[in-house]
Amino acid sequence: MNQKPFSDTSYEQSLNEGKIMGSKCKKCGALALPPRQICVSCFGSEMEWVQFKGIGKLTAFTSIVVAPPYMAKEGFGRDNPYTVGVVELDEGVKVVSRIVGVDSKKPEQIKVGTPLKAEFIKKEEGAEIKTILVFKP
Amino acid sequence: MARKVKLSRGVAVVGGGLTKLGLFKDRNCKDFFAEAFVEMVGSIDKGFDPKDIDAVYIGNYSNDFFVNQSHWGPIISDLLGHVPKPVTRTEAACASSALAFREGVLAIASGLYDIILVGGFEQMSKRTTEEVAEGLAMASSPYEVAAGFTFPGVFGTMATAYFAKYDADREALFNVTIKSHNNAPLNPKAQFPMSIRDFMSVRIERSRKKGEPLPEWKDEKEFLRDPVANPPVAWPMHLFDCCPISDGASCILLVSEEIAKNFTDDPIYLAGMGQGSGYSLHAKKDLTTYEATRAAAKEAYEMAGLTPKDIQFSEVHDCFSIAEIVHIEDLGFFKPGEGHKAVAEGLTRLDGPIPINTSGGLKTKGHPVGATGIAQLYEVWVQLRGKAGKRQVPNQDLRIGAAQNLGGTGGTSTFIILERR
Repeated sequence: MNQKPFSDTSYEQSLNEGKIMGSKCKKCGALALPPRQICVSCFGSEMEWVQFKGIGKLTAFTSIVVAPPYMAKEGFGRDNPYTVGVVELDEGVKVVSRIVGVDSKKPEQIKVGTPLKAEFIKKEEGAEIKTILVFKP
Repeated sequence: MARKVKLSRGVAVVGGGLTKLGLFKDRNCKDFFAEAFVEMVGSIDKGFDPKDIDAVYIGNYSNDFFVNQSHWGPIISDLLGHVPKPVTRTEAACASSALAFREGVLAIASGLYDIILVGGFEQMSKRTTEEVAEGLAMASSPYEVAAGFTFPGVFGTMATAYFAKYDADREALFNVTIKSHNNAPLNPKAQFPMSIRDFMSVRIERSRKKGEPLPEWKDEKEFLRDPVANPPVAWPMHLFDCCPISDGASCILLVSEEIAKNFTDDPIYLAGMGQGSGYSLHAKKDLTTYEATRAAAKEAYEMAGLTPKDIQFSEVHDCFSIAEIVHIEDLGFFKPGEGHKAVAEGLTRLDGPIPINTSGGLKTKGHPVGATGIAQLYEVWVQLRGKAGKRQVPNQDLRIGAAQNLGGTGGTSTFIILERR
């Protein structure tokens, strides 16, 4: 049994292992991603881990031209916009994520409802290697 | 036990002040607040002695970041000669001063105080645009920032959800922008007191001076569709969908209802107020609504014993054009999905049945985030007193106005209804 706390840190560690792990309330069955310690449906605090398949569809998005400093450092900006969005997973919960494999320069052609699949991208942050969850068509 | 919906004691607004909004690098928040305060003192018809203020509540989002100074309570207390009486700072991102107003009202309603100064301020001009964007992003959820969302990006995301659900497009946003900019030249305190046509003329004149070919636009919408004139920020948000970076301060004097007539023969009374909280993007059930605004509106309507139909005009939080459309639906002025049609039909114009953002809104008036909540209420107060000059709502029986203030990307929202009796 997984004894990890239902925290953001545990969630990030699961991404490092190539898994999308969330919580399921033992009392009412509500799913949460990232995991929650307190169920917002029934206020229960007994949770179990559940792995999400990483398949879903795009429910909303934006293609960002004016990038914040931490994205500009990666080369994003006016000439190289990037897309982020809200993805609804097959299990019924939503995640916010980078969307890759779409033409961020032509956002008017990106369609809400597009089927998406999770991918894990390794990113260096100082001495640390972090895994970022992204979705692509 | 059912929660009380009425306050134990009524509260009135008897004075207000608002600085001219804009970018003022050579001044600071003490200067701004003093300017707003002096105007407020002068606005109190029967005069007023500032030493009678029992307590002060001030909203400020992040001068800690913007000017490297926190603990603004005592700075303002010192400025006003209010020491050693209490001053409390409230923070809820862009709704910081609406919370100051609400806390001030609750303090009077509790019976503890009779005369309270509420206000707000922010200085954003000392930072670069990129730094301001970073500072504002601190008010969105940690998950959004980690994924690379910016503030305009979160609102852009809501816009794509709205477009998909209600079959709308950027045209809906243009209508909001054009409407707000038509009100702007009528507001002497606006940061950009210009219509979209005025912007078009400025661009043409600039090209003429440079000897470049003159740009031609058939109308305002063609100008807004032009990616050179109106460049993208975060799809579908473009430059003219976004409020500017601003400095400024606002304040209002609140007194208990029973002493209101000592200050003016024309007090404006608090009819109802509400405050709500909201989820970040991924946890929202519906990306085309603000649950915080709906909760705030429900609470305010119940307290006031009013319905959306009773509201004759309203300021709403239009930090980005899409937010105005969503808010006029969440506040019940229009049904879900009908907001963009209402704007297109001109129903929210100054001369329409429910004028929205008579001040020009955050988009044109400016958005010094901590000052905004009370700046909106200042506009409602001015309108209800019939002192809005050229932008006065043309209604002979103007009695009920409201203001809605959003914090962050929807995490906090307030709705406050004022009335003239």
